Amino acid sequence: MLDLSYESPAPKVIAGAKHDWELVIGLEVHAQIASKAKLFSGASTQFGAEPNSNVAFVDAAMPGMLPVINEFCVEQAVRTGLGLKAQINLRSAFDRKNYFYPDLPQGYQISQLYHPIVGEGEVLVNMAPGIARRVRIERIHMEQDAGKSIHDMDPTMSFVDLNRTGVALMEIVSRPDIRGPEEAAAYVVKLRQILRYLGTCDGNMQNGNLRADVNVSVCRPGDYEKYQETQDFSHLGTRCEIKNMNSMRFIQQAIDYEARRQIAILEDGGSVVQETRLYDPDKGETRSMRSKEEAHDYRYFPCPDLLPLEIEQGWVDDIQANLPELPDEKRARFVTEYGVTEYDADVLTADVESGHYFDEVAKGRDGKLAANWVINELFGRLKKEDHGIADSPVSAAQLGGILDLIAKGDISGKIAKDLFEIVYTEGGDPAQIVEDRGMRQVTDTGAIEAAVDKIIAENPAQVEKAKQNPKLAGWFVGQVMKATGGKANPKAVNEIVAAKLAG
Amino acid sequence: MSADTKSSDLAALTIAGARDALRKGEVTSVELTQACLSRIEGADALGAFVHKTPEIALERARAADDRLAKGDAPAMCGIPIGIKDLFCTEGVPSQAASRILEGFLPQYESTVSAKLRDAGSVMLGKLNMDEFAMGSSNETSVYGNAVNPWRRDGDDTALTPGGSSGGSASAVAADLCLGATGTDTGGSIRQPAAFTGITGLKPTYGRCSRWGVVAFASSLDQAGPMTKTVRDAAIMFGAMAGHDPKDSTSADLAVPDFEAMLTGDIKGKVIGLPREYRMDGMPAEIEKLWAEGADMLRDAGAEIRDISLPHTKYALPAYYVIAPAEASSNLARYDGVRYGHRATLAQGDGITEMYEKTRAEGFGPEVQRRVMVGTYVLSAGFYDAYYNRARKVRALIKRDFDQAFEAGVDAILTPTTPSAAFGLGEMTEADPVAMYLNDVFTVTVNLAGLPGIAVPTGTDAKGLPLGLQLIGRPWEEGELLNAAYALESAAGFVSKPAKWW
Repeated sequence: MLDLSYESPAPKVIAGAKHDWELVIGLEVHAQIASKAKLFSGASTQFGAEPNSNVAFVDAAMPGMLPVINEFCVEQAVRTGLGLKAQINLRSAFDRKNYFYPDLPQGYQISQLYHPIVGEGEVLVNMAPGIARRVRIERIHMEQDAGKSIHDMDPTMSFVDLNRTGVALMEIVSRPDIRGPEEAAAYVVKLRQILRYLGTCDGNMQNGNLRADVNVSVCRPGDYEKYQETQDFSHLGTRCEIKNMNSMRFIQQAIDYEARRQIAILEDGGSVVQETRLYDPDKGETRSMRSKEEAHDYRYFPCPDLLPLEIEQGWVDDIQANLPELPDEKRARFVTEYGVTEYDADVLTADVESGHYFDEVAKGRDGKLAANWVINELFGRLKKEDHGIADSPVSAAQLGGILDLIAKGDISGKIAKDLFEIVYTEGGDPAQIVEDRGMRQVTDTGAIEAAVDKIIAENPAQVEKAKQNPKLAGWFVGQVMKATGGKANPKAVNEIVAAKLAG
Repeated sequence: MSADTKSSDLAALTIAGARDALRKGEVTSVELTQACLSRIEGADALGAFVHKTPEIALERARAADDRLAKGDAPAMCGIPIGIKDLFCTEGVPSQAASRILEGFLPQYESTVSAKLRDAGSVMLGKLNMDEFAMGSSNETSVYGNAVNPWRRDGDDTALTPGGSSGGSASAVAADLCLGATGTDTGGSIRQPAAFTGITGLKPTYGRCSRWGVVAFASSLDQAGPMTKTVRDAAIMFGAMAGHDPKDSTSADLAVPDFEAMLTGDIKGKVIGLPREYRMDGMPAEIEKLWAEGADMLRDAGAEIRDISLPHTKYALPAYYVIAPAEASSNLARYDGVRYGHRATLAQGDGITEMYEKTRAEGFGPEVQRRVMVGTYVLSAGFYDAYYNRARKVRALIKRDFDQAFEAGVDAILTPTTPSAAFGLGEMTEADPVAMYLNDVFTVTVNLAGLPGIAVPTGTDAKGLPLGLQLIGRPWEEGELLNAAYALESAAGFVSKPAKWW
């Protein structure tokens, strides 16, 4: 793979009342595996179905019902692990995490505490051209999602919807390698980008298909480096976990608030209590959900209904061989193969479709010109109407066709923009449109000469002035362009006008 | 012959005998079924059947007679049987003998009872048991205890049929049905079989599907047949066993013709007698029974060998950590939210009160005890000391057996229980551990996942049946049944309880 080298970003520093502080952040991202069926049942995972309609007997924890692993979900977890360059554990096992809640019918969540399917990997989080944070992944495990409790439909009763119960999740656990709110959000963005490239999670945060628990602590400058040398957590501050964040903006706001809250406590001579907190976006603050003392004792133990999960290296190799090109590789390739800037490469690889689109447009053409058109013209136009690349009315082939017409000199850049607008709103083959509507650029010097002669003949006073001041030649060029409906090759017009005025 | 006598005679048939008679057309399944139903009607004092299903029974009997007439009848076709209440049966109350499953009607049929149904057998009803299969006397049942059809000579003290499959044992021993399903987590098939003078087989873990069987301790639970003879066990087991993709712990292995393997020839087979099973304070008559059993097998041509299973003494404590741990988690689903019993709540009660009141009302004391023990041994700080250590002990117990088998032992002979059936209520005041001691010879087999069979071989001084246990190699139930068949033939145990009910 083509690799680009990066420098690490500086950690975010928050100035306290007494001195400076740094942040240490780790994330647990829950990503819903893109699968039609649940992790241990054949029930559908379709979003927005009638409450309690996607529920198999085992999801409702009916007596005597047993879980059976969905092989497709296992494959997605392995794909994800490979996409994060992680260790794949050929033997993993499921454990039960026990707690009582009405939206957890079994009274336990089947998860993988002791032997996760994926071990250590990494995510490169690009912060600016040439600057990126390498965030280590500790593990990825598979687990069941819980259902949904609804408390606001009735004054005296709560309702439960089990549609989500048993849906497959991947929990992607990072090391505490993230050093600021922006990095945390960028990490989630990058992770989501990779998952979408892999097709293992749709990354839809509004539907809750991607959520993050954020662990935040603060330390004095220098402490983090001691932790890095020793991997001894005692150099770091006590952390609080902010649960269930489902927007990049809230993640940043919550971390910022939480860090400042902890700093205020510490500077006041107090100590941070390890606890689980919730972020309230309306008030812009985090509040305590439960303390360490109140924390559940989950009584994890190996799930006796499931044998250890054993997969074969050959199967993993097949999945590896069929991995798509991932964002980092694609980005590097765009820079080296098409000569686009790193910044443009970032924009073009932000999602799978953009990357595919650009590849198709740029292949065999001027890469920089292609990047310019895709980013400025197409993305700009799409953004105006709040559309994504998938909704683009201009196909890559059509845009490529426009670029070909420019390259051949058939149309000027200005005409190309008009042509783009026609293709965008009306559709059609660009070459055909140029032909049908007579948009072809005039490069026939005879025709241009005739036009120039005509203007010169009709404007003797202007000719005299121009002879005194050659800068006024532009007026003649403009007149010629006007007379030819903009189709004359501007370079040819310039040359001919200059020659005639000089002569 | 009076109608009553005929009923009794038909109900007293073995599965093999009934099968042959059905195939020859000497009797119909409807007649057999009616005979059993009438026996059941007169046997309420035994408390064996807790839900009777005569309509289903007669419908299935008629269908079985049609199959028999067409000559398309598997061995179990037309055979009236009882189903332990732990098996979920579609549209028929399935409560695991617990109040917490009050009113629960499954919309599905357990794999084992479905296989028996599909083989043409006739379900007469659901059988009593200890609540959630937790108990050794059938006294923890919400329905009240089942009663052993056997009594001590000259004494009408009501005795336990054992547990947890007490209703199954009582029903088979009293000829209310020709066979019954049981489940065995620590001895729940073999101990009641021994107490009632019948045969009970606990198959290799993974041989019978657990799908649709209310879970007690998932890594130990295994369904098996409870029958009047070893041959019947082989026949019924053949219809129950087999791979089930719905149970991930079910083994994908072919099911042999177990009955065909009953040759009675055990010449040259090595039978191990584990010295650790000779416990302090073992009643002399149990010791004598064991020695006699060994002699019978030796006379049949087997080599008797003393062996050692050194970790045996840790089995009972390990079992009483692992089984409650799994149970505490398995029983968490009984929370009053979706089915079964829900406590009436007071003004202001929230979800915690709903859980607490529902579970306090729904679970009996023994179930509550085990849920609490299980919760404790899995809790932070105690997990390694209890649960993890118990798992290690379990691995060592399995290794003991593996080594014995590797050394050439074909089967292991032990007593099934430390005593004959005891009186109902006798253990009520005792330390719960005294009750747990009933499982001392049987739990090792569950911990190691092995097949074990209880065969009646004699009676105690008061005329109560006593049984021996044979333990076999994993997946070799055929060999095990054949050894049991040889033992049964040599012992010639034919006693039946005198009808007092």
